[in-house]
Amino acid sequence: MENNLLSFITFTPLLGALILALFLRGDDAAAQRNAKWLALGATVFTFLFSIGLLTGFDAQNTDFQFVEERTWLLGLTYKMGVDGISVLFVMLTTFLMPLVIAACWDVTHRVKDYMIALLILETLMIGVFCALDLILFYVFFEAGLIPMFLIIGIWGGKNRIYASFKFFLYTLLGSVLMLVAMVAMYVDAGTTDIPTLLTHTFATESFSVLGIHVIGGLQTMMWLAFFASFAVKMPMWPVHTWLPDAHVQAPTAGSVVLAAILLKMGGYGFLRFSLPMFPVASDLLAPMVMWLSVIAIIYTSLVALVQDDMKKLIAYSSVAHMGYVTAGIFTANQQGIDGAIFQMISHGFVSGALFLCVGVIYDRMHTREIDAYGGLVNRMPAYALVFMLFTMANVGLPGTSGFIGEFLVLMGLFQYNTWIAMFATTGVILSACYALWLYRRVVWGDLIKESLKSITDMTMRERAIFAPLIVMTILFGVYPAPILDIIGPSVEALVADYQTATLVTDTVTAVAAASQ
Amino acid sequence: MSADLNIILPEILLSLFAMGALLGAVYTGKDKLALPILWATAGLFVAMAFWIGVSGDTDRMAFGGMFTDDAFSRFAKVTILLSAAAVLLLGQDYMTRNDMLKFEYPVLVTLAVVGMMTMVSAGDLMVLYMGLELQSLALYVVASMRRDNLRSTEAGLKYFVLGALSSGLLLYGASLTYGYAGTTNFAGIIAAAEGDISLGLLFGLVFMASGLAFKVSAAPFHMWTPDVYEGSPTPVTAFFATAPKVAAMGLFARVVHDAFGGVVADWQQIIALLAVASMFLGAIAAIGQTDIKRLMAYSSIAHMGFALMGLAAGTAAGVQGMLIYMAIYVTMNIGTFAFILSMRRDGRDVTDIAALNMLSKSHPTHALALLVLLFSLAGIPPMLGFFGKLYVLQAAVDAGLFWLAVLGVVASVIGAFYYLRLVYFMYFGTEGEPLDQAMPAIQWVAMVGCAAIMVLGIVNLFGIEGLAAAAAETLVR
Repeated sequence: MENNLLSFITFTPLLGALILALFLRGDDAAAQRNAKWLALGATVFTFLFSIGLLTGFDAQNTDFQFVEERTWLLGLTYKMGVDGISVLFVMLTTFLMPLVIAACWDVTHRVKDYMIALLILETLMIGVFCALDLILFYVFFEAGLIPMFLIIGIWGGKNRIYASFKFFLYTLLGSVLMLVAMVAMYVDAGTTDIPTLLTHTFATESFSVLGIHVIGGLQTMMWLAFFASFAVKMPMWPVHTWLPDAHVQAPTAGSVVLAAILLKMGGYGFLRFSLPMFPVASDLLAPMVMWLSVIAIIYTSLVALVQDDMKKLIAYSSVAHMGYVTAGIFTANQQGIDGAIFQMISHGFVSGALFLCVGVIYDRMHTREIDAYGGLVNRMPAYALVFMLFTMANVGLPGTSGFIGEFLVLMGLFQYNTWIAMFATTGVILSACYALWLYRRVVWGDLIKESLKSITDMTMRERAIFAPLIVMTILFGVYPAPILDIIGPSVEALVADYQTATLVTDTVTAVAAASQ
Repeated sequence: MSADLNIILPEILLSLFAMGALLGAVYTGKDKLALPILWATAGLFVAMAFWIGVSGDTDRMAFGGMFTDDAFSRFAKVTILLSAAAVLLLGQDYMTRNDMLKFEYPVLVTLAVVGMMTMVSAGDLMVLYMGLELQSLALYVVASMRRDNLRSTEAGLKYFVLGALSSGLLLYGASLTYGYAGTTNFAGIIAAAEGDISLGLLFGLVFMASGLAFKVSAAPFHMWTPDVYEGSPTPVTAFFATAPKVAAMGLFARVVHDAFGGVVADWQQIIALLAVASMFLGAIAAIGQTDIKRLMAYSSIAHMGFALMGLAAGTAAGVQGMLIYMAIYVTMNIGTFAFILSMRRDGRDVTDIAALNMLSKSHPTHALALLVLLFSLAGIPPMLGFFGKLYVLQAAVDAGLFWLAVLGVVASVIGAFYYLRLVYFMYFGTEGEPLDQAMPAIQWVAMVGCAAIMVLGIVNLFGIEGLAAAAAETLVR
């Protein structure tokens, strides 16, 4: 019998959204409660299904697993499958979504629509990580913009219109260039099947475009088109400017999804497409990515220092942490890529939790200004503890999952280039500066502000949301093996293929130099 | 002879119907028969579409190659007939309400449709011109249907003057082509234009392309579109945006492939430039519009640019992409115009886009359907509009037109802005005076149905992929 588990996981949230849309009427308190419970049920079911994925997954097998394939229009296929690189992103998504739903329990504005948007978004996000057909990937990748656009635009803050338009158009512009490259790949290789494309070698003969000599030829052009999309999605400096706006204006759930899952699509894209399909171009352009990453790490950390909006600060911190991810990926060695994936998973827990932390006090005080707070530890000891833990994890304190990812990346970077590793390491110090300073200003000190005198500590619901995140952060901080065991073999295969493919790079550059 | 007549039987029947309806209505006097005639016309269109759709898969020529009946013309005719039927029914409520439902309307539409069917079947320059003029003259009249309305008469006049100019260009091109090829028959022209094309033929080709670009409203021959769209009564605008576009695009494909198929390189650049100009003009000029009908005019200019991108590829895949694109475009427009036709506030028709304010609150279903249609128009997956773009992009890249593909997608991002702006009004805007609650059942069904097609169609495009491929095969040999 054909295995349909991945389709089940992907489309269960969509089914939930359909049931909500078709059968739930009214907008009174009871209907709102039903909508929330139904959405929570759908996401929890999705998570339970995905546990079956994890238990049935054979980490030693580096091929795609749980593959299902059907023919589709235009010679495309509906093909789904996971390998060691993607399976954990699926798990991350299914794990976080119930928490996200639970985190917006207090929303009263158009609850049903909110739940539908979040459920559709979950389907699309899981689809991105499972798709094994170029165009199918693109469909999931792009379609996610629609619900996110609506989430920011309908439930966002004061300046939500600007943020939602900027988010949509910025990411769309990056993605359409990728679409042209995908179509070119289809024309060149005659297939959109990702496993086949992984073994296809794209031409690297240099040519001239508008008088510009392109070393690496077709591969370089395609690599740049994909880079345009993933760099915006990551986001990398200098195309990160949509992220702070989107984060600040998005509602808490939107921010969590954006930071914890949507950003990871960029990193996943680099690992799935750029590195294995265009190895020669990746090798040629890796130095550029490295320096952009280093600039991102240092520059956005400094920018984060001077923010007076908590969400904006965490958003810039996300950009800095994604800098580690891009740097780690393009070291193209085992530690670097392992670290990058680990960092993405860990950042999913940590940044999600940090945005939830901001959400907790925003729900009470309706402001994100750092200056509006201070001395929260006096009235909210539990909150102070949770916030402390995730601040530390964000800094990369040993014993939290943040440390493992950063350390592995830095180790990979050191093998690649000592200088880059040195500059990147300053990011760890800078992150300690902004994160601890934020914590000091919000939590420590005396509670002098009148408005804060009556603030209450976290409710049971809020504690229940944070509990799984705390467990994950500490568990993978002290015992990272479960993650590394799953990603290890696939990354090893990726690195091996990459090294064979890039043996010719030297010849390409030599020939290019000779021809000039 | 009877075999020839057999081939053009659908056109003959429709013409007879139009004349019969005209006579009957004139003798019974006034517009009592208008509504029955309208329903009968729509019914006849659907029946004809069905008949043409199932009438075999052979290629036939009539009157010495002047009239072609092949898979391509059948595909185009079915699209034209079905969209014309849908638009007729959609507009019926609007027409009745505004006391505009004259019996001439369905009759003129029928005649225009006969012209369109002749256009897509043309195998000769004379038939081409005959079909084109039959269509155009009928359309000039329906544009100024509201003859006591200044805007409507202005639209009709503008359309007529500029249309006459374009017909002149086309005729001049046709005469040059005839002079240098020595024949008006496409089969003869393609033989004369084989290999090295003479300067005279090239001039003929350029003038004919200009005239045809006017009919598909491709930039820089688009000037009439926004004014005519805005001024014409909305049901007529809906009609302009659908069936005539398919016919003109079909005719364009016929001319460049059937008559000039041997010299693809000579017209490829012309069409590619038309495509780029249309995509960018449509995308940029629509940003500042406040009237939804003008906005749809620019939107259709941009869409014609994309359809021309498929044609510019000069391959069977390109024609297939163009046909699929047009079919999807027509469906999206029917859905969107179904909504525009229902836009009323306090019993008065409005076309201001600010009237959409918080539509999602007052009419959640309408807003959702329109949301799907708008994202489809913008070409965002998973809506069908994206797949239309994918087909033409693939054809363009396959033909080596990378620059065209890149410029096209960049234009589509710019264009996405104004569709998003409509979504902004519907979902994020401030609450204003809501639109009237009632929406006639036909319009509701058309709108929600088209929106559903935009989502469900991604499963297999309802099988039109294979039909379009077969149609393209017969045209590009």
